[in-house]
Amino acid sequence: MKFSENWLRDLVDPAADRAELCHRLTMAGLEVEGVEVLGEGLAGVRVGEIVACEKHPNADKLLVCSVSVGAGEPLQIVCGAPNARLGLKAPVATIGAVLPNGLAIKQAALRGVDSFGMLCSAKELGLDADASGLMELPADAPVGAALADYLALPDASIELKMTPNRPDCLGLRGLAYDVAALFGAPLREVSADAAELRSEAVRSVELAAPADCPRYLGRVVEGVDPTAPSPLWLKERLRRAGLRPISAVVDITAYVMLELGQPMHAFDNDRLDGGIRVRRAAAGEKLALLDGSEVQLDAQFLVIADAARAVALAGIMGGLDSRVTDATTNVFLESAHFAPPAIMGRARKLGMHTDASHRFERGVDPELPRAALERATALLLQIAGGRAGPVVEAVAAGHLPQRGAVVLRRARLARVLGMEVADAEVERILRALGMQVESAAGGWSVTPPSRRFDIEIEEDLIEEVVRVHGYERVPTRSPSGQLRLGLPPEVQVPADRLRAQLVARGYNEAVCYSFVAKDWLQRWSRLDGSVALANPLSADLAVMRTSLLPGLVEALKHNLNRQQERVRLFEIARVFAAGGQGPVETRRIAAVACGRALPEHWGGDKRSIDYFDLKADLETLAGLSSSLASLEFHPAGRPDFHPGRSAEVLMAGRSLGFIGALHPRLLKALDLDQDVYAFELDLDGLAAGRLPAAVELSRFPQVRRDIAVVLPESVSWTQVESVLRRIDPGVLRELVVFDRYSGTGLGSGLKSLAIGLILQDSYRTLTDQDADHFVASALAALERECGGRLRG
Amino acid sequence: MDELQTQVDESLARIAEAASIDQLESLRVGLLGKSGLVTEQLKALGKLAPEQRKLAGERVNRAKESLQEAINTRRGVLEEAAFAERLANERIDVSLPGRVADLGSVHPVSRTLARITDIFQRLGYQVAEGPEIEDDHHNFEALNFPPHHPARAMHDTFYFPDGRLLRTHTSPVQIRAMSGQVPPIRVIAPGKVYRSDSDQTHTPMFHQVEGLLVDETSSFADLKGTLAEFVRAFFERDFEMRFRPSYFPFTEPSAEVDIRWDQEDGSERWLEVLGCGMVHPNVLRNCGIDPERYTGFAFGLGVERFAMLRYGVKDLRQFFENDLRFLRQFA
Repeated sequence: MKFSENWLRDLVDPAADRAELCHRLTMAGLEVEGVEVLGEGLAGVRVGEIVACEKHPNADKLLVCSVSVGAGEPLQIVCGAPNARLGLKAPVATIGAVLPNGLAIKQAALRGVDSFGMLCSAKELGLDADASGLMELPADAPVGAALADYLALPDASIELKMTPNRPDCLGLRGLAYDVAALFGAPLREVSADAAELRSEAVRSVELAAPADCPRYLGRVVEGVDPTAPSPLWLKERLRRAGLRPISAVVDITAYVMLELGQPMHAFDNDRLDGGIRVRRAAAGEKLALLDGSEVQLDAQFLVIADAARAVALAGIMGGLDSRVTDATTNVFLESAHFAPPAIMGRARKLGMHTDASHRFERGVDPELPRAALERATALLLQIAGGRAGPVVEAVAAGHLPQRGAVVLRRARLARVLGMEVADAEVERILRALGMQVESAAGGWSVTPPSRRFDIEIEEDLIEEVVRVHGYERVPTRSPSGQLRLGLPPEVQVPADRLRAQLVARGYNEAVCYSFVAKDWLQRWSRLDGSVALANPLSADLAVMRTSLLPGLVEALKHNLNRQQERVRLFEIARVFAAGGQGPVETRRIAAVACGRALPEHWGGDKRSIDYFDLKADLETLAGLSSSLASLEFHPAGRPDFHPGRSAEVLMAGRSLGFIGALHPRLLKALDLDQDVYAFELDLDGLAAGRLPAAVELSRFPQVRRDIAVVLPESVSWTQVESVLRRIDPGVLRELVVFDRYSGTGLGSGLKSLAIGLILQDSYRTLTDQDADHFVASALAALERECGGRLRG
Repeated sequence: MDELQTQVDESLARIAEAASIDQLESLRVGLLGKSGLVTEQLKALGKLAPEQRKLAGERVNRAKESLQEAINTRRGVLEEAAFAERLANERIDVSLPGRVADLGSVHPVSRTLARITDIFQRLGYQVAEGPEIEDDHHNFEALNFPPHHPARAMHDTFYFPDGRLLRTHTSPVQIRAMSGQVPPIRVIAPGKVYRSDSDQTHTPMFHQVEGLLVDETSSFADLKGTLAEFVRAFFERDFEMRFRPSYFPFTEPSAEVDIRWDQEDGSERWLEVLGCGMVHPNVLRNCGIDPERYTGFAFGLGVERFAMLRYGVKDLRQFFENDLRFLRQFA
């Protein structure tokens, strides 16, 4: 909502300067978004008239004008504006003036001809962005008058950021109530007497959808001068409110909307056929609108129709056929109340947004249409002449919004605010806002004015009181009260600890969008079971991700493309899958890595990352929840992972996710020319750990025996380990693989594992024979169950 | 006799000049060893007459002691020098980088979220979560947004074909928290939210934290106190702060919170950092809580905004580009 400050001050003029006015508006919930100061620095600028005009002797594009500024001889002024012409009235900056842009006007010679002032554009005067030529003033502008006086300057265009609950402030009259309440200033009511009836012309009105339109007023005005221009003051007020003047009739309806808040519409009365009928549109009904578009409607839209067809989209925009043109002499003025539910969302549905729809969907004072109609009639008669016909009003009283009394309790006010507000102040504020206030038990009974759609319950009144009283006057206090201890289970590892662990292992946390391109998921074979948006921003952000990996690998590529050679990224976020009861959201933790295993270092190891580097990173995460021992890795064939270098990760038998090298085919499709390792796990599964349970320590020494065993390549460490663990669980304390070899000397398909067996008994010292016996059992078991033999 | 003294003097000089432990050792053997000079002299004492033996014995023993002492002294000096040399040889360039200081970084949004939740947890708030794919009821209806209400137009919503939507704010967690428990309630709900908007200052996904307190005593004054305390704690400094009336369908009265922020050019301006208000009675009622008995307040904030202010990030979009050069700044 943008408006002229001077216009507002015509309605209410508080003893406060502009800065104070704006500050108080902002602090009352009417946030001032911008202030554009107009017409400062116009001293010495006067209304001039070009009384003679000839070509400059030395320059093709310049004119030498003789400009009258009232008293005294006309001034000789050299001017290059394209619209400079004999008889034009335009602002003249006289010698000594300093324009808003800092330009000081001096006597000067332009190509050898003296110039005694400057004819100005609106931009040079800081009044408008228009710099295309001289600012053209109306023919009746008083020559010699100070321009500032003539244009009612200085002024300011003040723009408010309006919240949807205050449609009453989308007109200056409503805003004036708030200003009056804030400053205790008197309010000047805007009203017009009923116009003198000089025509009998009427058009009947029928409310066929009374709930949607419970009040409709229409009036015919005949014999309007279609060529009459809008007066300067009116055009200026519209301009300062951000509207472009169009024609007198249209400008007047816009003016009344800004002034009172009532959107109106003017039809060309001669283009209407029979009585007005306010009805729902028929399915498929078409209507050409005055912005040139054509819309196809259905029964959710409300239209204004005549006997033949729809002529306007009610509360949104008028029709093209019945619009007022420069040939219109007979006007039909509409001033109606449309119920917000009948307008809400309709313009948006058509991709439109108009000043009228903006107001009607938020709520316009149902008691306003008559006052607005009389105000518009009075302006029309004054500006463009004509003869007013009688007002035809159709009303469905039962459907008009009713403003019931709302009780405000003194005690409730104090409790919600945490402070007392004096009774007199409460009453002053509410009355200044136009409410009827009566004493009631323990407080007041308050009836809001018909324009206040937002006052329905006690809390709404409390907000009104504190808003005007001042939020800054509410004390600042720390809440007291009962506290509840709410702790997650100890065995559940917080995400922040997992995060910190990966950070300690060199990973950088990424945050990727939850929606990705469909073909990303397709490439990863992860499109099945995904959920797609109905209205994505773009095809790149269309499907909810079913995996964190596509996004992370894109981020990895982003970094590789920026000369980062070693990338470690992780993310903790949700993935989404379609489910029977609606989408299922699962928290995941995922990591991707490529490049050297260790950062480049002067003494460092230069090898590339491999599966076991990543696996160690994963194992430290499981370690946080004391779950390392229950972790298993089974070879798994996911289409996006390398078949021989990936595993399904299980914890206590439950699948957590996958780890491994990305499939070479996927790498190729992603245009990656190096190995990338990744894991993605179910976060809640990973984070669910167990409580440590302490066992008694053995007092007896431990013995270590190392063995080297030759095994078929196909035998996994998991198999070997489980065989060894079964031999004598009470004695085998720890098991380490400290070497692995395959190649020359072993024969193909074989590998050698060097295993350290750490043995200890809880009840006695183990002898050499005990250890030898264990080793012999181990070798026998490995031979029997895994086809292993001692390496000779 | 003078011959011994001469030999001793010469030996002392040689000891003092010994350049290494080995050299000193061979001197010692030549003098004090089994067949060394002094040992031979001692052995020769037996051949002397008894009256000469005592005198000669004393002289030889004095010579032995002085030689032994000189050797010990020289050994100490040589050992010290050798040790010093070893230490000098062991010197390293302590300024070279440490081995594999492979530290990653927490994302600034996570860091900010952790900080915000930490502050509120200390005030007795519990962390709550809700789904990111919400239904209209939780995201709008129960929060007092009627269908087609213009307030919904402020939320550019992503929809799914079945009518579900991506939550546009973390406020639906309020509804879930209140529907699941009886007051007193103090919850904080951090999480991702989505709006169909993308430009320099908007990303289609961002993060919010919602806070909610419902009990039998809370008031607007408590809300002001809580948020003032929070802002001070988060930024670790005092701000000029203002609560400005605003509008949210689910709170009444509602406010936006501005802080006075120093601009780079040295000027100051008001920056909006939080939205808040007293929980609307309709919302309490929608969750089965009696608004006569209980009052409460709710607040919401944009995490990226706080992160940008706290860490001086200029471009919102950087949070989602995952550029390592950006991320590593938060290590």
